[in-house]
Amino acid sequence: MSERLRRSMLFVPGNNPGMIRDAHIYGSDSIMFDLEDSVAITEKDTARFLVYKALTTLNYGKKELVVRINDLSSGIGIMDLEAIVRARPDVIRLPKTETAQDVIDCEREIERIEREAGIPVGSTGMMAAIESAIGVLNAKEIAFSSKRLIGIALGAEDYVTDLKTTRSPEGVELMFARGMIVNAAKAAGIMALDTVYSDVNNEEGFLAEATLIRKMGFDGKSIINPRQVAPLHAVFTPSERDLKKAMAIMDAIAEANARGSGVASLNGKMIDKPVVARAQYLLELYERSKAMPVEEV
Amino acid sequence: MNIITTGVAGTMESSDIIVTIEPKANDGIELSLESDVMQQFGKQIEKVIRETLDELGVKAAKVTAVDKGALDCTVAARTMAAAYRAAESTDYVFKEVKAK
Amino acid sequence: MDVKKIPHINEVSAFHGEYDPKDCEPKSTVRFDERQKNSRKVLPSIEEAIKRSGLKDGMTISFHHHFRNGDYVVNMVIDEIAKMGIKNLTLAASSLTDCHWPLIEHIKNGVITHIETSGLRGKLAEEISRGLMDFPIIFRSHGGRAAAIETGELHIDVAFLGAPSCDPYGNANGYNRDDENSSCCGSLGYAKLDAQHADKCIIITDHLVNFPNAPFGIAESRVDWVVVVDNIGDPKGIMSGATRYTKNPKELLIAKTAAEVIEASGYFEDNFSMQMGSGGASLATARFLRDKMIAKDIKCRFALGGITGQIVQMHEEGLVKKILDVQSFDLIAANSLKNNRFHQQIDASYYASYVNKGAAVNQLDFVILSALEIDVDFNVNVMTGSDGVIRGAVGGHPDTAAGASLTVVTAPLLRGRIPTVCERVNTICTPGSTIDVLVTDQGVAVNPNRPELKEKLIAAGLPVTTIEKLKERAEKVVGKPEPIQYTDRIVGVLMYRNNTVIDVIRQIKED
Repeated sequence: MSERLRRSMLFVPGNNPGMIRDAHIYGSDSIMFDLEDSVAITEKDTARFLVYKALTTLNYGKKELVVRINDLSSGIGIMDLEAIVRARPDVIRLPKTETAQDVIDCEREIERIEREAGIPVGSTGMMAAIESAIGVLNAKEIAFSSKRLIGIALGAEDYVTDLKTTRSPEGVELMFARGMIVNAAKAAGIMALDTVYSDVNNEEGFLAEATLIRKMGFDGKSIINPRQVAPLHAVFTPSERDLKKAMAIMDAIAEANARGSGVASLNGKMIDKPVVARAQYLLELYERSKAMPVEEV
Repeated sequence: MNIITTGVAGTMESSDIIVTIEPKANDGIELSLESDVMQQFGKQIEKVIRETLDELGVKAAKVTAVDKGALDCTVAARTMAAAYRAAESTDYVFKEVKAK
Repeated sequence: MDVKKIPHINEVSAFHGEYDPKDCEPKSTVRFDERQKNSRKVLPSIEEAIKRSGLKDGMTISFHHHFRNGDYVVNMVIDEIAKMGIKNLTLAASSLTDCHWPLIEHIKNGVITHIETSGLRGKLAEEISRGLMDFPIIFRSHGGRAAAIETGELHIDVAFLGAPSCDPYGNANGYNRDDENSSCCGSLGYAKLDAQHADKCIIITDHLVNFPNAPFGIAESRVDWVVVVDNIGDPKGIMSGATRYTKNPKELLIAKTAAEVIEASGYFEDNFSMQMGSGGASLATARFLRDKMIAKDIKCRFALGGITGQIVQMHEEGLVKKILDVQSFDLIAANSLKNNRFHQQIDASYYASYVNKGAAVNQLDFVILSALEIDVDFNVNVMTGSDGVIRGAVGGHPDTAAGASLTVVTAPLLRGRIPTVCERVNTICTPGSTIDVLVTDQGVAVNPNRPELKEKLIAAGLPVTTIEKLKERAEKVVGKPEPIQYTDRIVGVLMYRNNTVIDVIRQIKED
């Protein structure tokens, strides 16, 4: 199996012990403990201690663990790194990334702390959230800036403020940013992760947005409410029709291989390489998104 | 670590604990604990608070804790935060590195 | 046949005499509408009713709990009894709750010396847990209480039954047909049985309506007197407008899993029958099941038990054909009882007794129940909190668990720092042998005596594990709790539905 699924990344406020304790039960692919916007400026220290102790103590099984730190320019971000790198999450999420240099600066600090703490250098992954007009324009450089990057994400709330607009149900204001980010990510061979949908009671709107970003090529989406996990995963689960088609394609390839022929065809049409790749991806997605047994944690 | 003022950390939410640390003239930790789960976990909570303070090198302090069913990691985190606040220190030391 | 066996047959002449027993109402020639205003059953005060009932020291009085936490009747009547100097009574209520804390004083004064109930909460429960009463409380399930009344094990001397409407002859209802009624409670299921069996039955109402208050919950043929008071309860405490769906993500997760368990169990087929509680997870389960019923195009033959607006909605949509209602949980349910023809009021015996000739719990496909604690043998505690203090109600838990083909218990794995799944529950209310599945937010456990069910759930891709593993998982997160310390003194006795002792509650030991 190649990469992790990152269909859903569940936000957990870093100063809420109850939510931190239960974060793994909702079935999201990743859990993102937040030290940034969901934590009051007066509670940055308490949240940092809490997330640090939770990560070093609690067992979240095989869930991918992400921590969103404060940006380095704030002076708080570096304190976050000193604690969090030692707690060894899978990924550190850098907010408000504007340039490749932001990622490089953060990586340098992570590497220093890894060395000081005796942690294998490079074992801490990173992801960069792009939340401004300049960040979107620099998406390509950001995406290529570090080997640690597992993906880049859109942070829409700050971005629309930067554009002097607001979020609409259709998301026209995000079209360019989403296009840039998904393109930059795919060019760099990393994942593209979409922003949160904040109206938790609007299930229809959430589904429409999830469907849109999946079509655009995003690998997943940040979510703020556990109720959004199931509908989001449903959007990312291949339809039966698509599955059947993918299986037929793989059968045709196998059959062609058995014949010793390099050319496979289905319903009289030749099967191109990209078609095979897509079918493979779909089947893999299906395999990995099937209901999983209870994880032992 | 010297306790020079009153430091408070935590909330009254379920699964949290409020730890208040105040200066104390002579050595020793004076601890008073109130908990929703006193019978089942009172001793354990007290142990975690004392151990955490010991690790931080706090020799003298008056500690008041009101627990709402916090896990050990939350008790430790709130104690650490309260101690640093009560010591008016931001020279945080994160000793523990998670083994993987 | 011997015609001589007919009494007084030998004395028969053409005209033997008119019917004239002493207590009979004399023939009246006044228009009935006028006449009913002077019904001899309507008494001016509770005191007068108590006097007429012949209540004496050492007798047993009963009450129902349809007014829940809004009830004024229990406190009102016992205050009056205390003033009259009657002592040493057994209080046999179908249940007691927070608002009954003034009983503490009457227990201390010796007015009430013994209590039988299904549940106990609040200050009164705290005090009793700490040894307030010399004689232990008897807890019975709703079915067990009905059976005890039917067999005479629990003999009620005087029943004081609050009713939101009553006519001058005693036909009482849980709602008012004539006009809007603030103190509506819907079904009078638990009161019906007391009226049936008590030696004397007094209806206490705040809405005297014209005869006949039909269709009625309690019939005049069982009622001795009627007392009109200003208020029988606080409408806000009696019931809410509509029981709300939960938004709590953990409850929703449990409910979604519970609905999937039921769907995969083999019992979710056309014309199934069900019962579910009024807790957050239960209500949400009802909603998920509703969607599945529509998708599968199947109907529910009947829904039983405490009834909520959610069940009523499904009834009015045609998804639930009939409702058997022993207790209405919200205003929507109460109004449906009044307006919907196939929403049937049933009494506690019909609901759950094991000694009568048939009880509806035995016709259940599945029931969804809750638990404060459940142990590795699937025994359930719904009575004592993690600190050993009484704060719950047995209700119909053991009755429905025993009656249903599939008994599902839903509970969060942890409540604060307290694990729900434990080695041994503090108090056994429902034996594990009658529980089939436990659904938590962190996995599903199937009773080992249902291997075929386990196979079905696994095949459906449900997160099935063992109850031991759930217990381990909980303890890994919170640590192992130290056991609660008890004294030897027994403060409560739990009767199983067949009225044998299933467990006792001891007084908690305090430093």
